[in-house]
Amino acid sequence: MSKRLLINGSVHDVDLPDNVPLLWVLRDEVGLTGTKFGCGAGACGACTVHIDGEAVRSCQITLVDVWGEVTTIEGLGTPTNMAIIQQAWVDHQVAQCGYCQSGQIMNASALLHETPQATDQDIDDAMKGNLCRCGTYPRIRAAIKDAAQRISEKV
Amino acid sequence: MARIKTIARRTFLIGSTAIVGGAAFGVYQINRDAPNPLVAGEGEATLNPFVLITKDGVTLITPRAEMGQGVQTTLAALAAEELDVAWEDITVLHGPPAQAYYNSVFLGFAIPGAHYKDTAFKHGLRQQVGKVGKLLDLQGTGGSTSMKDFYERMRYVGASAREALKIAASIKIGVDVADLTTKDSAVIAPDGTIIPYVDLVEAVRNVTAPDVELRDKSTWKYLGRPMPRTDMVGKSTGTAQYATDIQLDRMKFATVRMSPTRNGMISYDADIAKKMDGVEAIINMGDGIAVVATNTWLAIQAAEAVDISWAPATYPADTAGLRSAILASLKGEANSTVRDDGDVSTDVAGTEVTAEYYVPWLAHTTMEPMTATAYFTGDALEVWAGNQSPTATRDACAQAVGLDSAQVTINTTMMGGAFGRRGENDFSVQAALIAKAMPNTPIRMAWSRKEDIRNDFFRPAIAAQFRGVIQDAKAVLVDGKIAGPSVFHISSLRQQGSIPPGPDRLHVEGAADQPYSIPNFRIAGYLTDIDVPLGFWRSVGASANGFILDTFIDELAHAAGTDPLQFRLDLARSEHGPSASVIEAVREMSAWTGNTPDGIGRGVAFTHSFGTPVAEVIEVEDTGNGIKINKCWIAADLGVVLDPRIVKTQMISGVIYGLSAAMQGEITFSDGMVEQENFYDYDALRMHTVPKFEVRLLENNLFLGGAGEPSTPPSMPALGNALFDLTGTRARELPLIKTFDLIL
Ligand code: FES
Ligand code: FES
Repeated sequence: MSKRLLINGSVHDVDLPDNVPLLWVLRDEVGLTGTKFGCGAGACGACTVHIDGEAVRSCQITLVDVWGEVTTIEGLGTPTNMAIIQQAWVDHQVAQCGYCQSGQIMNASALLHETPQATDQDIDDAMKGNLCRCGTYPRIRAAIKDAAQRISEKV
Repeated sequence: MARIKTIARRTFLIGSTAIVGGAAFGVYQINRDAPNPLVAGEGEATLNPFVLITKDGVTLITPRAEMGQGVQTTLAALAAEELDVAWEDITVLHGPPAQAYYNSVFLGFAIPGAHYKDTAFKHGLRQQVGKVGKLLDLQGTGGSTSMKDFYERMRYVGASAREALKIAASIKIGVDVADLTTKDSAVIAPDGTIIPYVDLVEAVRNVTAPDVELRDKSTWKYLGRPMPRTDMVGKSTGTAQYATDIQLDRMKFATVRMSPTRNGMISYDADIAKKMDGVEAIINMGDGIAVVATNTWLAIQAAEAVDISWAPATYPADTAGLRSAILASLKGEANSTVRDDGDVSTDVAGTEVTAEYYVPWLAHTTMEPMTATAYFTGDALEVWAGNQSPTATRDACAQAVGLDSAQVTINTTMMGGAFGRRGENDFSVQAALIAKAMPNTPIRMAWSRKEDIRNDFFRPAIAAQFRGVIQDAKAVLVDGKIAGPSVFHISSLRQQGSIPPGPDRLHVEGAADQPYSIPNFRIAGYLTDIDVPLGFWRSVGASANGFILDTFIDELAHAAGTDPLQFRLDLARSEHGPSASVIEAVREMSAWTGNTPDGIGRGVAFTHSFGTPVAEVIEVEDTGNGIKINKCWIAADLGVVLDPRIVKTQMISGVIYGLSAAMQGEITFSDGMVEQENFYDYDALRMHTVPKFEVRLLENNLFLGGAGEPSTPPSMPALGNALFDLTGTRARELPLIKTFDLIL
């Protein structure tokens, strides 16, 4: 069945079975490979994207259930025009292998949207679903705090 | 016929030159420059196998795989330090598999003796033997070898390219080379004229790069400082490309289900799967099946729906049976006693301490499951794979599809973690075989997480028995026996088809090679003959032995009534100064007193591995709602710190990897298959469970040490020792969640 999706501001008509998870629509059909597959079970957060600004695990949302505009890491910012949070990630040199980082950044950006002055406890609660096997957590925490600061200064 | 000849010659080289009679003709072969695999195109110049200058800038070949450790950044910094290229002008590429990029350290490990005892002579000997790797086209990333390998090599590459560019400029503008200098990707003439390197592409093509001396450390601009990583923007914007991100026209998506009993397939029924949405082909892989579909998820669904009957495992079918086999081998004949100081069989008076330890099977669980992309066109194969062994991957893929190695192109992409797992080539070969079954169709293959855990090459379970004697509050005897299947033997058999002779030092590393002076000190290795597929798991033998030996040292310290940190210091001081210094460093950093308030526990641990001594202190707290880890102090000595931020990051990363395993990592078997299948039953540290870190890097070590692995081994005993301090309970078995109420 064909379904119309709004992704990063562009319209995509997708012809795949209803039950294909959004993750695999993005990666294999639309060609947005910045969103990663880590577990397919909602247990790692590598596939995190936004639907209408809310962070969701795209491996757990079927095509037919997508209810709003999808934003992926590619829609957040680009190498020459990074979002504030991406710039904070670069400044803190967060990534190691980098494979979890799209999901980390998407999750953190939704956190800051909802809780601009995130405390350590807020960060723990919001980010604990995002696994990083390389162990970049200390720098993720620092980058989130720094991004929060920069966003508040901008406002 | 040609193939057989090649193999025969190669075998000959290994047999006669490399290992036995190096003098025959090996030295010439070793010292001859390997051919440059780079072919300069129109408007490009390649100065050596590592430097390519185009109209757009300087590309450095950094031929070690980026698995997150930052290797490509520091390799680039090494070359750039001499080449005087501006940091932002550099592009890095892993490059093709090639002899020129051989690993010059790996084979040096074959020289016996603990690394901390290396003298200049011994070190030189290791380097000479390491160079034999060139004859074997041995290209690989692992064993924490990259910086040892390229510390001088990459700087020479940069220096000689710089001089070649100066010669080119001198010809071009008619100024004496001696009067030219270089800065920010340009040659500077005495009158201040700036000649950018990119304008010298034509002129430099005919220049032979000269040999030059390296600059003094005191002049370094890039090395020793935290450089912005070359992969950071890509990894923060979703644009870094992994093997699973390759996009080609008409591409299809595949997955595999390989034998979880690791012994092949009896039969399969794909009738249902064949008719499922999007399925294009179901391929018999011999020891499993592959599904090709229009979408990866559809392929995974169909693969699950194939009804497969697996042949039973050849190893004991469950965890208990495997454990019994390991314990039984403790009673067999020792394979090694590479540490045998004094005489442990003499009667030594004192307090006797005995303990038995057991650590479980572990999986790597890289964040990116195994993936590869391949395209087969009949007479050529192109593979994109995040891999730690490009030459071996090339040869294995060629052999699998019946092509010559020269017909195979390997693109080594970034890796979503490796930790030793991606030194294997099983996944690359699978993608190649699927592509061969679907000629002219690009295939992107991804494993499910379940496949990734079940079909890993595991860190083996290890059992140990230790006996020690304390006399006048000092350790006068340690007699340790370490048993388990051999990673080295099983992986050598799989990869080279034979088991290397001699004692298996990897099996006892982290215990037998520790810088402790104990008058009677013996470590014996016992090998268990079971064929569970094993692989190199971050820090390899030391990942088990670090926990075992250091926990025993802690037990001895308590039996001696001595502060455990002081106890280790006393053992190390006379044996190896840099090791003693890192122990002193964590004492100072953590303000160690040996006493902790109620509800707080602290443990110290030390392991010397991969040339680097590392001491750690861990603090735990009983929150009333479970125990959490508060803080970890790390001191390490790598001799020379080439990039302090990257090295600190590696130290922290290694500890998090080790603590994840120590707390909750355990692979179990039933019916010959691994029982765990995803992060919900094989998890790791997360944001809310990770401690705070403080890292100090010392530079007293005589030789360069590794960075990627050495912090992992001491992390496990440091936690166990802290939990003992907190609770009075000594855990002699991992994971610790079995003994303690840890917050997960
Ligand atoms: S892939 Fe979706 S949570 Fe892991
Ligand atoms: S950076 Fe490698 S998994 Fe997070």
